[in-house]
Amino acid sequence: MIPAAFAYHRPETVDETVALLSELGDEATVLAGGQSLLPMMKLRLAAPEAVIDIGRVPDLRFVREGKGHLVIGALTRHHDLERDPLVGKRCPLLGEVAKKVGDPQIRHRGTFGGTLAHGDPAADLPAVAVALDATIVVVGPQGRREIPASALYRSYFETSIAADELIVEVRIPFTEGAGGYEKFTRQAQDWATVGVLAARCGGTIRVALVSMGHTTLRAGAVELALAGGASIDEAAALAAVGTAPVEDLRAGVEYREHLCRVLTRRALEAASA
Amino acid sequence: MRIQITVNGETRSHDVEPRTLLVHHLRDSMGLNGTNVGCDTSSCGACTVLLDGLSVKSCTVLAVQADGCEVVTIEGLESAEGFHPLQEAFRASHALQCGFCTPGMVMASVSLLADEPHPDEARIRRGIEGNLCRCTGYHNIVRAVRAASGPR
Ligand SMILES: Cc1cc2nc3c(=O)[nH]c(=O)nc-3n(C[C@H](O)[C@H](O)[C@H](O)COP(=O)(O)OP(=O)(O)OC[C@H]3O[C@@H](n4cnc5c(N)ncnc54)[C@H](O)[C@@H]3O)c2cc1C
Ligand code: FES
Ligand code: FES
Repeated sequence: MIPAAFAYHRPETVDETVALLSELGDEATVLAGGQSLLPMMKLRLAAPEAVIDIGRVPDLRFVREGKGHLVIGALTRHHDLERDPLVGKRCPLLGEVAKKVGDPQIRHRGTFGGTLAHGDPAADLPAVAVALDATIVVVGPQGRREIPASALYRSYFETSIAADELIVEVRIPFTEGAGGYEKFTRQAQDWATVGVLAARCGGTIRVALVSMGHTTLRAGAVELALAGGASIDEAAALAAVGTAPVEDLRAGVEYREHLCRVLTRRALEAASA
Repeated sequence: MRIQITVNGETRSHDVEPRTLLVHHLRDSMGLNGTNVGCDTSSCGACTVLLDGLSVKSCTVLAVQADGCEVVTIEGLESAEGFHPLQEAFRASHALQCGFCTPGMVMASVSLLADEPHPDEARIRRGIEGNLCRCTGYHNIVRAVRAASGPR
């Protein structure tokens, strides 16, 4: 399978990228690691007329320490997150989740900005951003703009990033302790049938859910119960409240709700250990 | 578009259509057909090569993305001294039957051992998670990688 023909652009700066995006409009798509976009183009589920390869834009692949948060460049690869010492010290859960994405070959290419922009509710790393209220920094023709992770996702593969905007970096608050990410898969190297992430941050416990609806979700009922003094068992029993899982090849609705409760208990136990 | 890739130590330029996949470029333009295409959907790892030292699925990389980079394929592993230790270990451990997955398995293992020279069995299994083998049941492949990595 070969993608449909496209015009290839390889800008060398963020400004050049944004200029191309606004000039080419809806016909153009950004290519980062290509680990979601290229499979879709090969299947002709996507057939952009122009591909803007940001792989050579410098200064987008980094991890830096800010005040109380990490700043992570959009082109930072999953593999970088796995082994970055600052991530290991300030937000170890991010590295642990990165290790569970796909397989080594995918992690060698796939980028943090790419997985956040893709908007797949079955993706692992967006759970970290959503749980920790990360800030997504984008650049568009009007300049820089910040999107809170809580406002990033609208529906399946639909985000609030405009077509002429580029994610440049993401700010992720430091976490306390290791936290826990429970990813349930049918086989090695698979998307999460359900995934539950629990993290401690700013003295509270945050819980995010993967594959439990049209977007990555926060388990609000669980967080509220815990803040009100509920036990882990009591809180985990509420994990599927407010979710809208679908039935697909991996699992039905009831099974997903059941998994969600069980995995939430395990993730909370890991986060409070 | 004109691209220049160093494959197995040799730098060569070619004109390619931007939509050309790296695996097709290697096989069709460079005549290196040791790298196989299995699933063609990013799942099986048969097409694994090293791109700037790290394993990638060459059916999921555009040739233009590899412009200016270094690629190593299965053909590039052998040296004047003979087989690469992993090739030798695959042979000695009977880590292949039909051999279709083998180039990709070996390249994924080269990348794994470069990252982590002495993985335990669980780490080896995780390290080759992106590669499928329909024949061997994996046990001998894991043994081969262990043998090539040597004792800690
Ligand atoms: C076999 C396989 C297994 C996988 N398994 C998993 C898994 O278990 N869990 C998981 O979470 N993911 C998995 N993935 C997906 C993988 O994590 C992708 O790398 C990731 O989703 C996309 O990142 P990318 O850099 O490759 O983006 P690309 O594929 O290059 O782009 C994806 C989308 O994001 C847009 N985009 C990219 N970068 C930016 C940016 N900076 N600003 C604005 N828009 C941008 C692109 O235009 C495109 O629409 C798997 C992929 C494969 C092929
Ligand atoms: S052919 Fe590339 S992963 Fe199967
Ligand atoms: S030896 Fe036949 S597929 Fe692995």
